[in-house]
Amino acid sequence: MSEPIISIRNVTKTFGPVTAVNDVSFDIQANEFFALLGPSGCGKTTLLRMIAGFSKPSAGQILIDGQDMVEVPPNKRPVNMVFQSYAVFPHMSVEQNVAYGLQVVGTPAAEITTRVANALERVGLDDLRTRMPDQLSGGQRQRVALARALVKQPKVLLLDEPLSALDAKLREQMQLELSQLQQDVGVTFIIVTHDQDEALSMADRIAVMQEGNVDQIAGPGALYENPANRFVADFIGKVNLFDGRVSGAQAGKLSVETAVLGKVHLNYDGEAQHQVSLAVRPEKIRISKTKPDVEGHITLGGRITDWAYYGDCSHMFVETQNATRIGVVIQNTTRDAVDALDIGDDVHLFWSPDDMLVLNN
Amino acid sequence: MSVFNRAGQGPLDYHRRLWLRLYVGLTFLVIYAPIITLVVFSFNDSRRNIVWRGFTTKYYWKAWNNDSLIEAFINSLTIATISTAISTILGTMVALLLWRFRFPFKSTYEGLMALPIVVPEICMGVAMLAFFSRVTGFPTNWIWPFNLSAITVAHIAFSFPFVAIVVRSRLAGFNRELEEASKDLGASEWQTFWKVIFPFMKPGVIAGALLAFTLSLDDFVVTFFTSGPDTLTFPVKVYSMVRFSVTPEVNAASTVLVVITILLTIVAMRFQSPEKIATG
Repeated sequence: MSEPIISIRNVTKTFGPVTAVNDVSFDIQANEFFALLGPSGCGKTTLLRMIAGFSKPSAGQILIDGQDMVEVPPNKRPVNMVFQSYAVFPHMSVEQNVAYGLQVVGTPAAEITTRVANALERVGLDDLRTRMPDQLSGGQRQRVALARALVKQPKVLLLDEPLSALDAKLREQMQLELSQLQQDVGVTFIIVTHDQDEALSMADRIAVMQEGNVDQIAGPGALYENPANRFVADFIGKVNLFDGRVSGAQAGKLSVETAVLGKVHLNYDGEAQHQVSLAVRPEKIRISKTKPDVEGHITLGGRITDWAYYGDCSHMFVETQNATRIGVVIQNTTRDAVDALDIGDDVHLFWSPDDMLVLNN
Repeated sequence: MSVFNRAGQGPLDYHRRLWLRLYVGLTFLVIYAPIITLVVFSFNDSRRNIVWRGFTTKYYWKAWNNDSLIEAFINSLTIATISTAISTILGTMVALLLWRFRFPFKSTYEGLMALPIVVPEICMGVAMLAFFSRVTGFPTNWIWPFNLSAITVAHIAFSFPFVAIVVRSRLAGFNRELEEASKDLGASEWQTFWKVIFPFMKPGVIAGALLAFTLSLDDFVVTFFTSGPDTLTFPVKVYSMVRFSVTPEVNAASTVLVVITILLTIVAMRFQSPEKIATG
């Protein structure tokens, strides 16, 4: 692997008694689409602002393209940002907004004209170049913010919750466009988001943050199927968690005693503390009205208490004899699936132990 | 809802109610009747102001040819121009300071800043008189326009807080991300101020400046106490004319002042209109 474009080294940021970012270290590779994901207040925006230069780390180093940036002011950094509010200058036209970043550094007028035209074309705003921002929709304003940042040809583009102000339909469209744009321009994108769908659908790698710490950095698939801990499993997607106690461990096998599932035997060769959580994703669970004849599966009986029909799939809750609620998602692969099950039906749940996750708390 | 309101009348459509219209009409009458009378009688063809004797504009010519009145008028304009320029800069800087920085005793400072607005003008006038008489060597007999410096300083003192308040309230609506965006795009602190922050503040600065101009042009009390024996401003001159007799000439001069004040107020209000603020 080549030199990382951004290297975060032991970065800590404290605001008085509050630690917003706690000794975080990781690298971001050139041309990567990287997401910082976490609930609000987890430090992801603080970290992004430190990369942009609006906030100074209390300790640690931030290297951009091999150079230490901690003492470099934001206007001298080779990164540009798309702000959450877009921050489009209200007194300038679309064209003037995009040209601004070139004018302030004294780019020749002829070069500004061509670069601005290219940038506007890239985001599909060439017809609106003379419009003022108050004549634009939210999506268009966001494109102005994007063009304005990209025209600077930054090494890294920072996006702070770029889609949070858009409605659902437009957000989906922009997700696709952002991914496409990132591949076209070949610039490293770092996006901050609290929306797991956004992160999963766009990013190459995702850093999940919680209370100032990075819990896990992985690709979308690995993050979903192999979460590092209980927080990550719970934050990314839905999950059924069962608390348990390790009762035996030997050469790739693990036995866990749980209240709901009884004794479970799993293939597992990682570390396991005394107390663990077993987790299974709702869509990994299969459901049947008759007792399933499966060898080596985990089986569980219960009654359907809640049912939500989404068209392509149905979500339901099944309550077991000892009052544990288990979420199940079934795909409606046939047209009669909608009538097959209903609230109050007694059902059997079963899934393979290989689909179970062992999570250290 | 129709139980409470007549057809086509919303719950807040008070302007359609007769009693409210009458009340508003009466209020306007009380406020503006004296001014309208003043303006009307400036065209009265009579030496006294009591009986209407026909239309004339001769008192406007008379006022125009009254050298000391014109001198007072020029003095007033000069003072207003200089004090507006200085108090606008000062007030804008105060507004920026209060908006941008955090420092110890900020709220105390903010309160002290607004004091000239609430202190009775008469107290301010007496205080200024005491101050300028104690400051030995302060010019009272310099050549024009430096003989006006005491009045100008006094005017700056009471008008810049108004500028500060107007600009400060404008700045309260500023999105700080605009400033960060500007720096992020490579602009220096100075470029950011002039290309992003100042254009946003401008309506507030202009409105504040016009307010300061009007305050200075109209001021009587503070000016009365700070003017030297030989320096007259327009309001003070009008007052001294009234002491002999209220002639239509006084009305004519006052009408001119009223017109200037109204025009400037209209311009100031246009710059402060909600649409202007909303689009910012």
